[in-house]
Amino acid sequence: MELKYIPSGDSAFIIKAGDVISEEVNLVVRKLLARLEEENIPGVIDFIPSYNELMVCYDPAKIGYRRLLETLRACAADPAAILLPVPMVVHVPVLYGGEAGPDLHHVAEHNRLAARDVITIHTSADCLVYMLGFTPGFCYLGGMDKRIATPRQETPRLKIPAGSVGIAGEQTGIYPMESPGGWQLIGRTPLRLFNPDSKPEFLFTAGDYIRFYSVDKDEYERIAAAVAEGTYQVIRTPKE
Amino acid sequence: MTMATVIVHTAGLLTTVQDRGRYGYQRFGMPVSGAMDVFSLEFANLLVGNDPGDACLEATISGPELEFTGATWIAITGADMDPHLNGQGIPINTAVDVRPGDRLGFRGLRSGCRAYIAFAGGIAVPPVMGSRSTYLRAGIGGFQGRALIPGDELPLGGFEPLSPPGQFSTGSAKRKPRLEKLPDGLIPEYKHEQTIRIISGPEAHYFEIAGLRSFLSTEYTVTAQSDRMGYRFSGERIKHKEGMTNIISAGISLGTVQVPGDGQPIILMADRQTSGGYARIANVIITDLTLLAQMTPGGVVRLIETTIDKAQELYLNGCKVMYGV
Repeated sequence: MELKYIPSGDSAFIIKAGDVISEEVNLVVRKLLARLEEENIPGVIDFIPSYNELMVCYDPAKIGYRRLLETLRACAADPAAILLPVPMVVHVPVLYGGEAGPDLHHVAEHNRLAARDVITIHTSADCLVYMLGFTPGFCYLGGMDKRIATPRQETPRLKIPAGSVGIAGEQTGIYPMESPGGWQLIGRTPLRLFNPDSKPEFLFTAGDYIRFYSVDKDEYERIAAAVAEGTYQVIRTPKE
Repeated sequence: MTMATVIVHTAGLLTTVQDRGRYGYQRFGMPVSGAMDVFSLEFANLLVGNDPGDACLEATISGPELEFTGATWIAITGADMDPHLNGQGIPINTAVDVRPGDRLGFRGLRSGCRAYIAFAGGIAVPPVMGSRSTYLRAGIGGFQGRALIPGDELPLGGFEPLSPPGQFSTGSAKRKPRLEKLPDGLIPEYKHEQTIRIISGPEAHYFEIAGLRSFLSTEYTVTAQSDRMGYRFSGERIKHKEGMTNIISAGISLGTVQVPGDGQPIILMADRQTSGGYARIANVIITDLTLLAQMTPGGVVRLIETTIDKAQELYLNGCKVMYGV
């Protein structure tokens, strides 16, 4: 699809790359982001990449929309020619079931599987981080196997601990902060998705892939202690 | 170099440290936060010789009671909460000097919703991710990530004694000319009924013609559910076209007007989520967000359409008067 340029008020512009959720459209969004960051346009103050759009936030005291639009068009003339680095796979340890994942058995029963099959399926696919939003550090993930899809809980829980890994319909995700929510909780990661005192502050960025792997309680505790001390090295490998 | 602290005796309804906001992290889902009424924040700072984007206190509906441990300058802008110093009424929209032991209080809201209190040298809380703004939902920034409570003691930044208005000082880089006042007419009048200008949004075509007509020709009332995240309204239902309520989750900018399935508009403000899934019918122009941020529940808005060209010309003119450029 041809790129569409749509103003969002007098301080933001949207470049729309398509009308669907697909890896292809999302790749164009990420390419445009990389290209525009490199261009370092004076007056541009922030970017919000999403599934199919890139929002460019600017200060109209520094750049008017006509000149911005011209610059955006020039930068986005040939997205195919923009090269991105090889995406990274972030390995995310999860303690499945038990207190950490109280809905694991429900997800298994709903899909007529054994609990260990749910874990095997959940750990076997790499999930693309399409975008972050909703709360700081929350990832919208693609790529979950439909064999473990499960509707949300009818009554949302009031308090879900940070790091909880859940399933909602055909999506999987991780709660970055303690919050209420209706996801089916199958496990918990000891990793912190958002820490304002560390650099970088966020564990994931759009374009990363997440690969979940199963750990036992001891390993969970060991990693949690290292994370608290700030000594844990997150495992990242190039996507093969 | 003068340094002082501010002791909080009473906090007011919701008083937080805010600056221009935390930009650069929206791609990670981090809201911008910052002052709801950026115009009043900048104006208050300029009156005491600060940089326009320095941190101020934003007081909501009722003001705090503060005691100063050192001499400084303050300026109060935005809502008129009838401020007094040691019981003596003081004017808003101008710099006032305070001495050690002075107490600043507010008798009650006379107009607007949010007052900004600037202190010479700013508020010296540590910046978090490049900003001193408080983001309450995640508990970060500002003073310990939360609204002020009695007993807090805020550190103020150091400053050199102010030069007379409009004069450049020599020597210290920290000393700069301060703004004395703004020309009549540039300080907005906060009314119970406001006309707010909008620019047509990315999903304006998701709505029935009748829906767009409701949006632009009937009145909407600010509801009590409004907060720093957004202003929520009630009024004539804005009808979507069949099945066109939701979009693929996408970016939200300052002043975006979303319309969920119930047809009641929400205008997204400082603590807005970075992305959302409701059709974006329009965006409020930046110049008019200052009016909106000063409205209280029960207030009535009428929305009228303008163009980006006009909106940006208006904004630039405002900047010229404020910064003298």
